[in-house]
Amino acid sequence: MKKLIVALLLAAVPLLGLAAGGGVHLDDADIDVSDQASLQRGAKYFVNYCLSCHSAKFQRYNRMAKDLGLTEDEVKENLMFTTDKIGDTMNIAMSEANAEAWFGTAPPDLSLIARARGVDYIYTYLRGFYVDPARPFGVNNVVFKDVGMPHVMWELQGMQKAVFHEVDGQQVVEKLVPVEGAAGKGKLSPEEFDGAMRDLTAFLSYVAEPIQLERKRIGVWVLLFIGIFFVLAYLLKKEYWKDIH
Amino acid sequence: MSLMNWIDERFPATKVWNEHLAEYYAPKNFNFWYFFGSLAMLVLVNQILTGVWLAMSYKPDAELAFGSVEYIMRDVEWGWLIRYLHSTGASAFFIVIYLHMFRGLIYGSYRAPRELLWIIGMVLYVLMMATAFMGYLLPWGQMSYWGAQVIINLFSAVPVIGPDLGVWIRGDYVISDATLNRFFALHFLLPFLLAAVVFIHIVALHKVGSNNPDGVEIKKNKDENGIPKDGIPFHPYYSVKDIAGVAGFLFLFAAAVFFAPEMGGYFLEPPNFDPANPLKTPVHIAPVWYFTPYYAILRAVPSIAGSAFPGVVAMGAAIVIMFFLPWLDRSAVKSIRYKGNIVKGAIALFVVVFILLGWLGTQPATPGLTLLAQICSVLYFAFFLLMPIYSKMDKTKPVPERVTQ
Repeated sequence: MKKLIVALLLAAVPLLGLAAGGGVHLDDADIDVSDQASLQRGAKYFVNYCLSCHSAKFQRYNRMAKDLGLTEDEVKENLMFTTDKIGDTMNIAMSEANAEAWFGTAPPDLSLIARARGVDYIYTYLRGFYVDPARPFGVNNVVFKDVGMPHVMWELQGMQKAVFHEVDGQQVVEKLVPVEGAAGKGKLSPEEFDGAMRDLTAFLSYVAEPIQLERKRIGVWVLLFIGIFFVLAYLLKKEYWKDIH
Repeated sequence: MSLMNWIDERFPATKVWNEHLAEYYAPKNFNFWYFFGSLAMLVLVNQILTGVWLAMSYKPDAELAFGSVEYIMRDVEWGWLIRYLHSTGASAFFIVIYLHMFRGLIYGSYRAPRELLWIIGMVLYVLMMATAFMGYLLPWGQMSYWGAQVIINLFSAVPVIGPDLGVWIRGDYVISDATLNRFFALHFLLPFLLAAVVFIHIVALHKVGSNNPDGVEIKKNKDENGIPKDGIPFHPYYSVKDIAGVAGFLFLFAAAVFFAPEMGGYFLEPPNFDPANPLKTPVHIAPVWYFTPYYAILRAVPSIAGSAFPGVVAMGAAIVIMFFLPWLDRSAVKSIRYKGNIVKGAIALFVVVFILLGWLGTQPATPGLTLLAQICSVLYFAFFLLMPIYSKMDKTKPVPERVTQ
């Protein structure tokens, strides 16, 4: 009977391989949410490049100030453009109707995007725009095919083009390279740009769950307490049970 | 104590305490598997308490529900903890109950005279699934919405009355605000029904007495005072033992709550962080892990004449068949300790099949995986339907008179 179980499990192995196939390769975001400087830089990119079209409607400015180690005045002066109330959430001025008229679809709220898609997806997405004249804004994306968003960071990154190769008669993006000439050069070097997008991804991860660091900090103490409680409970049980044979 | 006398003359407080705790004699040889009954009650209490507190800030409204959950996560004092205790508690409840049921399976705790105890337990399991299903709609994320859509469509697959039945359950032609409202109402009510049936489960248990890893009836060997020789009073022996079990459980539970509340997408599914959108179907819809074995069976059965009804019947039968376990097992002995290799092998295979089905239910249906799900579904039903034959053929060992340590 045990042989049968082993045989069954072995039979399932190739099927697991089949199931794992497909999907685009995602780069490792390798973010550090406990690095406040990284989060602050990420916040700067977020309010400058994302927040005009995308809201983060569950994130309050004053909560961000506290968690990122900034004063409320610093946030007001450098990071708040759409409101002057520090207790407000990160909303945008663009109406949903306008957004649909301009982009074909309303840009999604980004409060929880890091939890819905994962940080590796976001990191790859942000660095994954390439020239595609067939698209309305002239760009496509490696992880989000036919995305409705323009390459808002092109000034920083420069434009990229895709190198395709053929798999089963389908054109698949093999890698992205800078386009020739000045258009391929951004204000930032490729390494600097990757670092900036890592900061932005870290910030989005923070926004998706602002409590995440505090939760782990408290968790250590909770486990320590329960551990001690377990030892006492176990000793009590042993004391009671010593007469039972 | 005059106060206690005063109460006892009006309410049987001491009598109840003695009958169910201080003078309830449980077998002295309980092992690891006997923690999960008390742990299930602990988790039920956790779910009710955290659920009531969540309901103080939650809004059962299609426009507001998703935002109110995030409000709890961000702006309500300790709201994130209450929410994670509840969401992790839901999965913990099923883990504990599956282990509790597995205990019953390996030690024959469903055999005479405990058939009714098993059936009441199965009623609890069904109630629990209904409660969990309705609760999963409440965060109003994409998986809440589309998972509920898939499950309610199962009822719509019933011939003749199906479409009307679906509308009756939803209160609308699609899942909408009306559905969310009624699911919230029922999700609040069912746990209290569940608690009432837990009470009945315990009354039934204390009538017949606890089984044990040897499957020996301790009531057959009593001393001159009528106390089972292999029995010890539940309180204090098992009350202190269960406290240690509670501490062990809480350690793992807190580790999940504080360090992995999403549990790699199994406790909280990533698509559920997208608000429900009736116009956008997710690429891949999978129910939460504790329903996936049955979901895999549903998908394994091919449609007949374009109707998914046969799959629905198979899925329902997979649960209903467990009610009949007490009469399917014809083995001469109760406990796996004295059963032969045939039954041991069958149980081992069943565990593998159940886990495989659970995994298959989370995966997209490819032809290869569907074939595997079909094989597993057949084995799942064969475990129950062939039990009267193989449990009788099985070569059992002699059962001792008294429990062993």
